[in-house]
Formats: sequence, structure tokens, C-alpha cells
Amino acid sequence: MNTLLEVSGVTVSFDGFRAINNLSFQIADAELRAVIGPNGAGKTTFMDIVTGKTRPDAGHILWGAKSISLIGMSEAKIAQAGIGRKFQKPTVFEEQTVQENLMMALRKDRAPLAVLFFKPAKDDFVRVSNLASQIGLIDALLRVSGELSHGQKQWLEIGMLLAQEPKLLLVDEPAAGMTPAEREKTTAILVEAAKTRAVVVVEHDMEFVRRLKCKVTVLHEGAVLAEGSLDHVTKNQDVIDVYLGR
Amino acid sequence: MERSFIARNPSVLIFLSLLALFTLGVTILSEGFGIGVISTSFVKVLGKTLCLCLVAIAMDLIWGYTGILSLGHFAFFGLGGYMIGMWLMYERTRQIVVNSLSEGVLPPTPEEITAGIGNQIFGVVGSSEFPLVWAFADSLVLQLAFVILVPGILAMVFGWLAFRSRVTGVYLSILTQAMTLGLSLYLFQNASGLRGNNGLSGLQNLPGVAAPQSVVSVWFFWASALALALGYLLVAWVVSGKFGSVIRGIRDNEARVRFLGYSVETYKLAVFTLTACISGTAGALYYPQAGIINPAEVAPIASIYLAVWVAIGGRGRLYGAVIGTAFVSLVSSWFTGGQAPDVSLGFYTVKWVDWWLVLLGFSFVLVTLYAPNGIGGLIDLVRRKSKEPQP
Repeated sequence: MNTLLEVSGVTVSFDGFRAINNLSFQIADAELRAVIGPNGAGKTTFMDIVTGKTRPDAGHILWGAKSISLIGMSEAKIAQAGIGRKFQKPTVFEEQTVQENLMMALRKDRAPLAVLFFKPAKDDFVRVSNLASQIGLIDALLRVSGELSHGQKQWLEIGMLLAQEPKLLLVDEPAAGMTPAEREKTTAILVEAAKTRAVVVVEHDMEFVRRLKCKVTVLHEGAVLAEGSLDHVTKNQDVIDVYLGR
Repeated sequence: MERSFIARNPSVLIFLSLLALFTLGVTILSEGFGIGVISTSFVKVLGKTLCLCLVAIAMDLIWGYTGILSLGHFAFFGLGGYMIGMWLMYERTRQIVVNSLSEGVLPPTPEEITAGIGNQIFGVVGSSEFPLVWAFADSLVLQLAFVILVPGILAMVFGWLAFRSRVTGVYLSILTQAMTLGLSLYLFQNASGLRGNNGLSGLQNLPGVAAPQSVVSVWFFWASALALALGYLLVAWVVSGKFGSVIRGIRDNEARVRFLGYSVETYKLAVFTLTACISGTAGALYYPQAGIINPAEVAPIASIYLAVWVAIGGRGRLYGAVIGTAFVSLVSSWFTGGQAPDVSLGFYTVKWVDWWLVLLGFSFVLVTLYAPNGIGGLIDLVRRKSKEPQP
């Protein structure tokens, strides 16, 4: 398997506090990975760096087969390069319908003029309804997304990410606030998505991570503490000390 | 099957029909073309109101749809007025000068004509030289182009600097206020070349047209109605499709749009520039009806009024902007025109000329607190009621 994203020696400080400390991390094509760690371990900052929201003080971030550096690229350019991000709180456009939300996210030319003269073709509607059935919202296509339940909004946001056809999906705490049934469905959507692309799930909830059945990276104080299967890392004494033992 | 633009937006058709009926009605009742029930000055008031509705639509696009509270769009409106005003004033003065000089024994030289025009226009600020900004004032075509280009380029430069630095929210509003204040202070100077606080005047006279004001006023009324109709169609089309989805997305959650791969700054800049061009056009139609433009027109308060009109009408819906502007500006001219009867409270007499602003401010607060969707929100309420199944 090829390396899709390579983060090496990245450091970020906020007012002297090292949120990320010499972090190195790799992810391959079509891999599902869970990133866990206690509060303040740098999980969200890690996502901010990869998506271009925060600029690292030092280190390299290389992307794709051509090893392009992502540092200094705008958020929009990074997103166009194939990195999708899901926020912790469900962020969909609440005043617009599920269909409009998905249509906006579909992988298309993003330039203002192209968007202004864009007319959805039959094929685009087909893609939107395929996505909607994938996330279980096919019956809600014309509903205003603000009316959806919390779980449905989370799925819609995942659907929007899939519509972008990213090569890497960064998902921040997708199961937060979900019912057990909703969690199960979310797991299924993510596992399915990871068959064709890399998915990184940042999660607090061990039970949810266990269901993903994937490689786990444990972050602590802005650096990788342990990596491997969930059983492997939970037996690691360092991990027990900083995270599980509390 | 995708339905046509008009079919998806029935409110556009309703608006255009009402506007056409209104235009027809005013024409029939006017002094110039009809039975003379409406005075020429009131036709001008109505024509000016249509121009204000047009700039309000631009305001709704930038504020109501894109979420950028610009408090500087009257700068673009005023600039449009100045651009067309320069040609109107130059050409009319030229004809007067040529006529008066032709009575002499020798035919006047071009230099004499230019000097004569310069004296007439700039005598009031103690000069007779043509400033550089008047270089193309003799060309109607160029000045018409400037009506769109000058506000557009100013908006593009200002917007590029502001949006690139990710200035948002109230900070951007303050910056736009500073822009319009700066422009107004600059124009107040005699050295600006636009006659300082005198501004440009006599704009109601069309050079080379012998028709009386009663006729010219109706022409401008028609032009304003046409511009409003086209502006409404354009903006309704812009906000109807995916572009509308994106800008409403920017309004509701800028970061999400950015992570979807859209360059938020480019979109903001495009909308800001487009609305500046629309505002310039509206101003170019407004000031020939007003007859005069001076720097006070682009003072910060003017752009704040614009925001108040759109808020009272209901932002995020174009008919709301039109209703709010027409309603508030007509009521305002009724109150401030001395037509509203004073209210005597015995110990104090409420003079509406002074108290109207208090009333307006109070209604703005009420609308913001209790009816954030404004007057347009009431229409939405009625529409939703009629869609619900009858019991």
C-alpha cells in the first residue's frame, strides 16, 4: 500500500504551549484509522494542520503519490486536493434542503463563474440520490436539513464529505450524542467508505473505536504514544497510565 | 426534469407584473403622458424610490444572502451619480457656453469654449482649470461605462484587501463605514475636482433635449422601473441556483464552505463587486431625478439607512428589500416633508420633522427584536398558511 499522507516532525505552539510536539504520522490509501487520546492531546489541532486551518511552526506534510507539500495551501485548495473534514458538531446548511446540501458538495468545478452557470444534469441528481440512500436520507431529500435529527445531520455531513469524493476523510467524533442504533449505522457508513479511501476517525469513545476494528494511534501531549491494534495499545503500560488508567 | 427559472420562482413573475402595472398606472396619471393627477415632482419621488429599491436589492444580496453587513454601499451609489453627473453638467454647460459665444463677431476657438466651460463649472470653487478626473466628461459613452466601472473597481480593490485578510462581521461593517466616510470627506475638498461641498447640480436637465420636465421625469421613471426589473431578475437568478446555495452557505457557516473546497474569499469579492456595480447603476438613475448630488449623499448615515430599509423589509428575500425600501422611504419623505400633522400634547408639540427619526429608530429596534424577518416575513407567513391543507 502507498502512503497517502505523511506528517513528519510537525510542531505547533500556541502562546508557548506546544499543542503538537514533533508529531509524525502516516496513513495509507484505503485505510481506516482511529486516533484516540485524552483531552488536549492535540487531536483537533492535528486535523486543523492537515486541512490548512493552522500552520505548523516546523515539519512537513506531504500528500499523495506526488508528495505535494500541503503547508501554505489554502483550506479550499486542500479540500480540492482530496481531503474532506467532518466537524465535531454537525455542521450542515440548516436552511437548505438535503438535496441542496449534497448538490453543493458534489465534486465539480468550484470556480464562481462555473458555479453561477451550473445546471444540474440528470446524472448529478442520480449521484445525489445514491449518496442519500447510502446515508439513509433518501426519503428526506427535499426536507430542510435544519429539521433533521442530530444523528441524521451527522450522516448528512458524512454524505457531503463522500460527495466531495475525497481520498482522505478526517472525521471528528462522529458518534458523539448518538443513540446506540445510530452509532451502529455510523460505523457501517465509515467502514464502507474506508474500502475505497483513507478514513481517519478521531474518537473519545473506546466502545465505538472497538467496533471499527482498525489500527489505532494514541496521541498524548501532541505526539504519538502508541500505535497498533486496539488490543495491542490497550495493553501498553504508557497508554494505561495516561489514558485508560484514569 | 428541471423546471424553468420563472416556474421555480413564482414571486419573480408576481413582482415583475406588479411593477409593470405600477409603471403603467403612474404613466397614465402623470402630467407628461397622462391626465396629470400625479405632479411631476411626485413622479420624480416615485422614480427615485425605484432606484432606492434597486440599491436595496444589491444590499439584500450582499447582506441578506451572503451575510456581509456592508455599511458602505451608498458610496458606490453616489459614485454612480457623480459619474453620470459629470457628463450632464459638462455637456449642458458646453451648450450654454457655445450659444453665448456664438453671438460674438468671430466664431469661438475650442480653447475659448473649454475655458468658458471651466469658468462656469469651477468658478464656484475658485478655479477654471479642468481637473484630471474630468478628462472624459465630454464622452457620454465613457461616463456611462464609469458608472459601472468606478464603483466596481473600488469595490474590487477594497474587497480584495478586506476579504483576503479575513475581516468579517462587525469589523468589516466598520471598515465599510470608514470607506464611505473617507470618500465623503475626500469629495468635500475643493481639490477633489468635483466641486467640493457644492457637488454637481442642474442634473435634471438633459443636454440637447427640449422636452419639459413633466416628460423627462416620466422617461427617468421608466428607466428606473426597467433597471429595477432587470436588477431583480439578475439577482433572483444569481441566488436561485448553486451559486445561491454557496453564498447562503457562506452566510450560515463560512468554515464549512471553505472545507467543501470553495474559495470563500473569491465568492465574497465577486458578490461585493457585483452589488457595487448594481448600486452605481441605481445612483446614476437616481441623481438626474434628484437634480443635485453633493458629498453629503455618501455620508455614513446613508448606508446605515439602507441597512435599516432592508432589515424592516425582511432580509434574505428580494421582495422584502423592495417593500421595506419603498415603504420606509416614502413614509420618511411624508414625515420629513412637513405633510404629517403635528401632534399637540398640550405641554409639548411633536413635530414629525424632528421626531420621525426617533420613530424610525424605534421601529428598527422593534423589528430586530420581534420580527427578524421584517415585513417580507408576513408575506411568507400568509404563503405558508395558504399552502397548508384546509381542514
